[in-house]
Amino acid sequence: MILRTLLISTIVGLAAISSANAAGGKAEKLEHQHWHFAGPFGTFDKDALQRGFQVYETVCSSCHGLEMLSFRNLGQKGGPFYLASCPAGVAEGVDCSNPNDNPVVKAIAANYKFQITDGPDDTGDMFQRPAVPSDPFPNPFANDAIARLANNNALPPDLSLMAKARHGGPDYIYSLLVGYRDTPSTVDVAPGQYYNPYFHGDMSQALKPEYIDEEGHAREGIEVPLGGVLAMAPPLQDGMIEYADGSPQTVEQYSKDVSEFLMWAAEPKMEARKSLGIMTLVYLVILAFLLYWSNRKNWSNLKK
Amino acid sequence: MSHPSTYNPSTGFEKWLDKRLPIVRMGADFMDFPTPNNLNYWWTFGGILTVCLVVQILTGVILAMHYTPHTDMAFASVEHIMRDVNYGWLMRYVHANGASMFFIAVYIHMFRGIYYGSYKAPREVVWMLGVVIYLLMMATAFMGYVLPWGQMSYWGATVITNLFSAIPLVGEDIRTLLWGGFSVDNPTLNRFFSLHYLLPFAIFGVVMLHIWGFHTSGNNNPSGIEIKDVKKDTVPFHPYYTVKDGFAIVVFLILFAAFVFFNPNALGHADNYIEANPLSTPASIVPEWYYLPFYAILRAITFDIGPISSKLGGVIAMFGSILILFVLPWLDTSKVRSMRYRPVARMWFFLFVISCIALGYLGGKPAEGTYVMFAQIFTAYYFGFFLIILPLLGIMETPKPLPRSISESVLKKTGSSAPSGSQPAPAE
Repeated sequence: MILRTLLISTIVGLAAISSANAAGGKAEKLEHQHWHFAGPFGTFDKDALQRGFQVYETVCSSCHGLEMLSFRNLGQKGGPFYLASCPAGVAEGVDCSNPNDNPVVKAIAANYKFQITDGPDDTGDMFQRPAVPSDPFPNPFANDAIARLANNNALPPDLSLMAKARHGGPDYIYSLLVGYRDTPSTVDVAPGQYYNPYFHGDMSQALKPEYIDEEGHAREGIEVPLGGVLAMAPPLQDGMIEYADGSPQTVEQYSKDVSEFLMWAAEPKMEARKSLGIMTLVYLVILAFLLYWSNRKNWSNLKK
Repeated sequence: MSHPSTYNPSTGFEKWLDKRLPIVRMGADFMDFPTPNNLNYWWTFGGILTVCLVVQILTGVILAMHYTPHTDMAFASVEHIMRDVNYGWLMRYVHANGASMFFIAVYIHMFRGIYYGSYKAPREVVWMLGVVIYLLMMATAFMGYVLPWGQMSYWGATVITNLFSAIPLVGEDIRTLLWGGFSVDNPTLNRFFSLHYLLPFAIFGVVMLHIWGFHTSGNNNPSGIEIKDVKKDTVPFHPYYTVKDGFAIVVFLILFAAFVFFNPNALGHADNYIEANPLSTPASIVPEWYYLPFYAILRAITFDIGPISSKLGGVIAMFGSILILFVLPWLDTSKVRSMRYRPVARMWFFLFVISCIALGYLGGKPAEGTYVMFAQIFTAYYFGFFLIILPLLGIMETPKPLPRSISESVLKKTGSSAPSGSQPAPAE
């Protein structure tokens, strides 16, 4: 009873403090999606992962790396191109569940848009060769300096962990990708910069001079737009990627698929984790009941 | 309370060994230890904490086999553990969430100690050893959080190590020593890794002393009354408390597993999945949740006090808020241990718990506006509780009548006819 009063009064009190300090929301609220991988039993939608990889490979990979992953990861258990058994046409005796022998993964690696810089060879020179499944995903740029040079001085972040490195994770990636809007009329945005209400920034710095008072604050009645500006132009357009499975070829669908793929890329062991978790919980709950009854028996014997 | 040994070596080998190294006797006496028969579930957190320590050491030793303490490779080596080491994801998530579980348990354990007056004579040393363990835990967890070399690792380390520079005269030198250079860099990461591996074993040692201590004084209990009659008031530790603790430990592990398997990043910060970048400061630098109350106290001191700058004042208040626990046994003047019989003290205690939680909440908010004011109010109460309320209450309050013995308090509670005529009596 006391505990409950304590808890309630604490929550009410903290809520009061919190509302007293409600500073204006800096970015638009995220668009929450229903994810196939949500919940304790959620798994990755394999088709979505394959389509998401297609979006990454076709569009994102031109600027963003995936340096924590290797091609072989695509063919590991739980990955987008995992094969339990070999498709027709693969030689006898090959184990396609081994990602290094997975024909799909081998083809993806060999045909990837960037090659691997290897070497030095016998003459001391570095050389380019096609990737094999054991290679990590090659970065689109040789180094950060050239990446900045090519991107209006902005460094495109690596995407390996993006789905865990932002609040909201996949919802954030989805919202950002579908969320590009026309620049509000009250702000000036520099060329090469794009307005997005989901990107964290401070648009009060971009207000046009006529909307700012002497102290540098927004004039009365002028609302500071939510979000911020980023150097990435809206990367997706309806119909730009051809899906083989007949899924809608829209920005929303592309965004959702690539978000799911990036969630897998950030947390490739999620399915193994959840299934081990279920077994662990079942085991612990049974053990808890056994111990609870043993404990009661112990003490009731004592009272007699 | 030490108790006469009941161990009888039965085999020839046991007799031989008992004369040379009575280790079996020690274990047997441990199991037979007369334990008050009225311990409630708040008393199970000692066992839970032991499990936490063992889990952290085991997973940590395995993680260290795969981790690289170098600024260029640390972040990638953690991802290597997550992706390529067999069950590496399990080891890392257990270790990372284990730290939070450890602190949940230790905070409950400490609040329990305060509520039931477990720090009072003759258990002052047990309590002080506990505070030492808590300090070591804070240091270990802080250095552990730096190891993945994410943005929060780096900037958290920068903020906290910079605090030491506020110490007059030697502050700058201490900071340089902590850094092993002139900023948080590779030497810092290396020494933090070394110490992060060392300190848990120091904790283990102090835990042994902590247990030795209360095996000498005997356990406190919810009534706060000393054992009068070993037969009536106690039961052997095994099987009564091995099974009861075992049940509580498994229930705790269910909570632990729920985090590890289904929400492993809930207690972490998204920014720590971005590799450390000395050139880019995160929008807000927030420590792990278990430091937040102290972070709030640190930032509540926004004013200079005479020659003491607000920065130094904050550092003094923060360290003072922990060091004050060392003298708690002498600040509380009441002779009655358990707050069961101190209704007024109990009210102030719950207010203390609320202010600790509120400080934790405020520590996670930006230090601006009304947040600072509330942090100052709760900080004042935090210190007021120890320095004003507890010393005065012991003199001013009238405690409820105490039962004569543990067994009487148990009978009373279960509603059986208790012998009448109980009167206020100081706990001895």
